[in-house]
Amino acid sequence: MTDVLLEIDNLSVDYETARGDLKALRNISFDVRKAEIVGIVGESGCGKSTLISSILRLIAPNTRFRSGEIRFDGSDLLKATEREMRALRGDEISIVFQDPMQTHNPVLSVGQQMIDIQHRSKAPKGEKREKAAQMLAAVGIPDPEARLDQFPHEFSGGMRQRIAIAMALMSEPNLLIADEPTTALDATLEVQIIERLQELQREMDCAILFISHHLGVIAELCDRVVVMYAGAVVESGDVRKIFHEPKHPYTRRLIECDPGHIKTRARILPTIPGEVPDLANIPDGCIFRDRCNQATERCMAHVPPLESVGEEHMAACWLNHEEVTA
Amino acid sequence: MEKSQSEIRIIIVGIAKNPLGFMGLVIVGAIVFSAIFAAWIVPYDPIEMNIRDRMQGPSWSHLLGTDQLGRDTFSRVITGGQVALKVALPAVFGAMAIGLTLGMVAGYGPKWLDNFLMLLFDTIRSFPTVMFALAVVALVGPSLQTVVLVVMATSIPTYGRVARTQTLTLRNSEFILAERSMGASMARILGVHMLPNIIGVLAVLAAMDIPTVIALEAGLSFLGLGVKPPTPSWGALLKDGYALVRQTPWLVIGGGLPIIVATLGFTFLGESLRDVVDPKLRKNQ
Amino acid sequence: MTLLSVDNLKTSYGPVNVLAGISFDVAPGETYALVGESGSGKTTVIRAIAGLAPAQEGSVKFDGQQIRGIPERSLRPLRKDMAMMFQDPVGSLSPRMTIGKLITEPYKIQGMRDRDLDAEAKRLLEMVNLPAHFANRYPYQLSGGQARRVGVARALALEPKLILADEPTAGLDVSVQGELLNLLNDLRERLGLAMVIITHNLSVVKHVADRMGIMYLGRLVEEGTTETIFESPRHPYTRCLLSANPEPDPDARLERIALKGEPPSLLNRPTGCEFRERCPFSQNICTNTPAWETSDGHGHRCLAPLT
Repeated sequence: MTDVLLEIDNLSVDYETARGDLKALRNISFDVRKAEIVGIVGESGCGKSTLISSILRLIAPNTRFRSGEIRFDGSDLLKATEREMRALRGDEISIVFQDPMQTHNPVLSVGQQMIDIQHRSKAPKGEKREKAAQMLAAVGIPDPEARLDQFPHEFSGGMRQRIAIAMALMSEPNLLIADEPTTALDATLEVQIIERLQELQREMDCAILFISHHLGVIAELCDRVVVMYAGAVVESGDVRKIFHEPKHPYTRRLIECDPGHIKTRARILPTIPGEVPDLANIPDGCIFRDRCNQATERCMAHVPPLESVGEEHMAACWLNHEEVTA
Repeated sequence: MEKSQSEIRIIIVGIAKNPLGFMGLVIVGAIVFSAIFAAWIVPYDPIEMNIRDRMQGPSWSHLLGTDQLGRDTFSRVITGGQVALKVALPAVFGAMAIGLTLGMVAGYGPKWLDNFLMLLFDTIRSFPTVMFALAVVALVGPSLQTVVLVVMATSIPTYGRVARTQTLTLRNSEFILAERSMGASMARILGVHMLPNIIGVLAVLAAMDIPTVIALEAGLSFLGLGVKPPTPSWGALLKDGYALVRQTPWLVIGGGLPIIVATLGFTFLGESLRDVVDPKLRKNQ
Repeated sequence: MTLLSVDNLKTSYGPVNVLAGISFDVAPGETYALVGESGSGKTTVIRAIAGLAPAQEGSVKFDGQQIRGIPERSLRPLRKDMAMMFQDPVGSLSPRMTIGKLITEPYKIQGMRDRDLDAEAKRLLEMVNLPAHFANRYPYQLSGGQARRVGVARALALEPKLILADEPTAGLDVSVQGELLNLLNDLRERLGLAMVIITHNLSVVKHVADRMGIMYLGRLVEEGTTETIFESPRHPYTRCLLSANPEPDPDARLERIALKGEPPSLLNRPTGCEFRERCPFSQNICTNTPAWETSDGHGHRCLAPLT
């Protein structure tokens, strides 16, 4: 019970727009336990970015929290003051963004930036610099002491992403949010970064919320997985359960679609026809029904709840209900 | 043609939605309207003297009073607006058209041409505008055309530089590469693909530039180097009012207020135009 | 019979040798994939072929005709037979033109004024499975997948013999990526198109390419049929690339061969084998410069090839 670090409980978030409320997140529930890696999988429009900005409370002015709580270490972040949030961000919760080219200030040396982010610490500057060098070494940057004096443009994309990770881990956060951190990188560098992240996570005992659309990376890195579709959680659970016995048609089809999944050369690759529904005008019933080839009458009329379908495994699909299968 | 009409409608609706933009539209609309229909609006001939009614304050017969020669200030303000637009519009649009062409050629053409045009622009820009204007007026004498010409010449480099920067950014974008890969000619690339993406930025600049030009015209007329008397101009009104400010404040107000209102109107319009012409900003609405 | 023949193509920007001599052939109807890390020069290769990037040395023969460095005027008629697709699906469409205008752009450029452009737009949209009313939309109103289809429609408008595609699946969701690849596969078979496709996604290569070339620092280091390369890569770099492809299976703990560090700077190319410093299998012999060796259509540039 006490090992839960982040708990998203029935979170619903809307954006007020000229066309009416855009229901970006609807009844999202999942949790991240201490020192585990939870992956969030989903395609464009699934609500990943709204979720991250809601957790950090770095939200657009037209955002409306309609229901739910985001509990971090037991306290509700939606009720926290701006001052409390500031104290949390970059200290207990850190984030690594997708684009390693834009995360750093181009006019300050990397060392200076790494010293600056330790503003909470009272330690002398020399000590802070030493710590910065240690962190750079920890993420696998050779000759860290000398490279502290270099500027961001003198590093390659892969190196910059490592530096971003080093900076995020500097405060020894309890939770690291990684938002597609390897998407902009080549596969070879992606693998290096994932492996490094795994090592550091074990050493520092921090939890990671890893957002990616790359199923291979999620499968390799994460302990548990949350699958999102069009602003809702459709399935969540242990990584093996999700990849080996998916209980939601979307998860199943998504895994089938990954070309890495198909061993022999295929002339016709599987796809999920159709489009994500308009979130400003949500149809009745299951959000996936229009693209689902197993949809029934019931799926047209009622939203399936996210329910337990086995140990450490939840899914939101009527097909898992006995009444239907019977 | 149908496409560009709908584009214009989108832009106007977009501007009107913004309260400041709406105010800008109303003010600019009123100025343009009063300039076009000045002959029907003015209650008196703006240059007709009437010594008996000189230096009056506002009244029903003279809304803004009269000047030292008994001319109706309101009529002079309206006609002055006409003069201001006659200078500002051709000067600004002429400078925009020439600057746009030269800037796009500089940005897309060969390096030596770019260097040459930049040198030319920098040379023109290094003259102080007012000194340049004084020199030209001293040479050819004050007239409306001279003012237009001077203003146009000195503002071409500004438009040219902006157009060049935009062209340089666009020329390496993927959609221009895509056009090149299909074999599109330089004229087609510049005219069909680059121009619509540059003109918006320049239009914003032009809208913001119009009040500067109006003020410049007023300034030159104030110095007696602009429009020749007795043709009414806001600058000339201000000049007369300045001389007589101890006797009556109405002339200064009559000359100064329109300049302030016009400046605000065009600036509001320009700022909201900037928000509307960017398709990325429009998409979010 | 070859449709495209690239021989010892070299490009440099000042002192930077982006392409250090690339050679490969593409037969009519064949799909050839170029793979490699960012900075390996993949994009420069296809841009140089299409005359959009400079190439100081070497030759590019298309349909038997030398096209490297010829003036745009002579190249224009050939462009009917050679179409390009760019990385950014939305960004490669002129932002203030409607889709209908955009996909009929090739007819206008090639001066085919007699065509009924509205009818062509309809036909092309139908070919890529987009509804006809999309002709009135603007690029910013499309999703990545839809914009990508528009790009395909435009590339196919003049029924070219060759398509040069730069990362055609970049930025697409997995569920849409398959649709695009199926569409390309289908059109390719029906129209007998040849393709040069650039990608760093090896899973994609496996399903679409007949042959593939692996690039490192502006050179090919290995080339062969897709099957052979996936089954028995000879160059260690290829092996590393293949192993760095996480599979969507938590229990698949493949033997990963770690690549050391990052690609060296093009300004400071290593001596001997240029991959030597990152190679997990490097030997003393690797300080010599490896030559290109081929057997049975499988070529490599390695002094200590894997077996």
